[in-house]
Amino acid sequence: MSILVDRNTRVLVQGITGREGSFHTRQCREYGTQIVAGVTPGKAGSSHEGIPVFGTVAAAVAATGANASLIFVPPPYAADAIMEAAEAGLPLIVCITEGIPTLDMTRAEGFLRQTRARLIGPNCPGIITPGEAKLGIMPGAIHMPGPVGIVSRSGTLTYEAVHQLTRLGLGQTTAIGIGGDPIIGTSHRDAIEMFQADGATEAIVMIGEIGGTAEEEAAAFIRERVTKPVIGFIAGQTAPPGRRMGHAGAIISGGTGGAQAKMEAMRAAGVHVCASPAEIGASVAQVLGAGVR
Amino acid sequence: MNIHEYQAKQLLREYNVPLPRGRATDQPAEAAQIAAELGKAVVVKAQIHAGGRGQGGGVKLASTPAEAQQWAEKILGMTLVTRQTGPEGRVVRRVLVEETLAIEREIYLAIAVDRAAGRPVVLAAAAGGMEIEEIAARDKNALQREWFDPDRGLMGFQARRLVEGLKLPPEAASAGIALLSSLARAFAALDAALLEINPLALTADHRLAALDAKIRLDDNALFRHPELKLLRDLNEESPLEVEASRHNLNYIKLDGSVGCMVNGAGLAMATMDIIEYAGGRPANFLDVGGGANREQVRSAFEILVQDQAVKAILINIFGGILRCDTLASGVVDAARATGLKLPLVIRMEGTNVEQGKEILRASGLPITLADGLRDAAEKAVAAARG
Repeated sequence: MSILVDRNTRVLVQGITGREGSFHTRQCREYGTQIVAGVTPGKAGSSHEGIPVFGTVAAAVAATGANASLIFVPPPYAADAIMEAAEAGLPLIVCITEGIPTLDMTRAEGFLRQTRARLIGPNCPGIITPGEAKLGIMPGAIHMPGPVGIVSRSGTLTYEAVHQLTRLGLGQTTAIGIGGDPIIGTSHRDAIEMFQADGATEAIVMIGEIGGTAEEEAAAFIRERVTKPVIGFIAGQTAPPGRRMGHAGAIISGGTGGAQAKMEAMRAAGVHVCASPAEIGASVAQVLGAGVR
Repeated sequence: MNIHEYQAKQLLREYNVPLPRGRATDQPAEAAQIAAELGKAVVVKAQIHAGGRGQGGGVKLASTPAEAQQWAEKILGMTLVTRQTGPEGRVVRRVLVEETLAIEREIYLAIAVDRAAGRPVVLAAAAGGMEIEEIAARDKNALQREWFDPDRGLMGFQARRLVEGLKLPPEAASAGIALLSSLARAFAALDAALLEINPLALTADHRLAALDAKIRLDDNALFRHPELKLLRDLNEESPLEVEASRHNLNYIKLDGSVGCMVNGAGLAMATMDIIEYAGGRPANFLDVGGGANREQVRSAFEILVQDQAVKAILINIFGGILRCDTLASGVVDAARATGLKLPLVIRMEGTNVEQGKEILRASGLPITLADGLRDAAEKAVAAARG
């Protein structure tokens, strides 16, 4: 089992003919993902690497029965692409695009609330269920199927955690990068709720960053509702206040968003918090080996 | 992107936000002229991108034009140190000369994006003039909040509700409602990330005036505001940070001795953390991004070695889109071009890692390869100690 995506997920790619879209579509397909359609306005009726291209998401869904979208549309048009996918009834939308204006995302977020769509991202590496489907830009080869669910705000730091787990022989049910922007579709809390409900997930790794209060909200949820062991790490413990560390979301400001407060909230909720990012894999092994929370 | 107070006020004037009369200058003589035009006591305010200017000696009252000129002479060119500038301070290149007003009360207003709600929110407090953290710490009910849709703006009843809470006198109420609606409109139209009026003055004759104004613009939205891009002041950024942004690199100078180059913001922060965990201090945050090319890697390396405080370099790359062989080639180019003298520790993982390691070995350069995050941090920290 897994969450959100598996071998039956039928994916359409918005922005399939662009440089990024084209490259990663190939990589996802090689991994085994079912890519059933592409969407590029003005290119309806053509095909791209053997995949039929449509001018609109609605037309692509009608023709192919796609049930998830992967978005590589450039930032000025990406929020609109998200809304188009939601309006077409797709239940899952994964937006990789980095650099979407925040107010565009507030508009998309308001629109999504009126649909049944779940958005992952934007500005994220995507989602992978090892051995089944990859909707994103992560290197597939470092993953292996297994019992650990991973949710993270960051891209390469997620790869780091996955790599540590795989080296220890610990595979993953699903790994989700939820994105580093201030406004994102799926939160840590949402992902943890799904991992808690997933029968195959035995432990959950939660990787957060300075900025915002999403980790604190996830910790409150874990304390109330999560019975599976959770292993956590917060990046940016040494970051100075007031400076934005790359991700638009990663800034300590107004006295909130600091790493210490997040780590304390997580510890208080029973999360095994790693002080060092090199210990994530070993902590999971220890927790699963010991079989205690 | 941050802009100066005087620039923020120029923008807000177009939205009919009530402001004290005055303007900015970089000439002391012009400060006197502005004061003479205003015909009353003025305030001379240093224009830098940092708060706490008053305590640092960057805000002075002048009762005559001659006095305004004297203060402008003193402030222009000074290195102003405030709690937000760091010990190195900022050189003042411009002052804002404004009329003084008789003030009955100072009010706090701000608009920001509430992440959890996914919408902009207006924050207001009846007692302003201090920082928002202090307002919230004194009385956690002091801050009123009203969320709004950027396209629809602040509803009339929301503005009225805020004005009620601010306890404005009846004759200032309609001005308050108009001001709040204007600020919400400005926030959306400018694609702002933060708009803060602190303080907003309620004057003795019951008018309103924005005494200070701070606007931070959303970098991601600047592509559709070419006129706002021009407001960037490179003097307010460190030269290495400007150089980095020219190559689409994300660099922030810190105060340690281990220079680091990493791909991805999260992994870059984690690398800083593990350097500290290993007993060292990071000299910088440097994210070369997910898809860096050979030239960017080379530029990143050149920026690192320009920092005199750097005693060792740690490169930590998890190759995905950025392949390890691309990284290795860029590093070898740069190390040769700069005549590398510093110890260099490289930790690579992911796509084409073996080819990358081979390129590094074949280069004959004195590079230490590390296995894993901890090993990398320990080797780099030891090397920085010498």
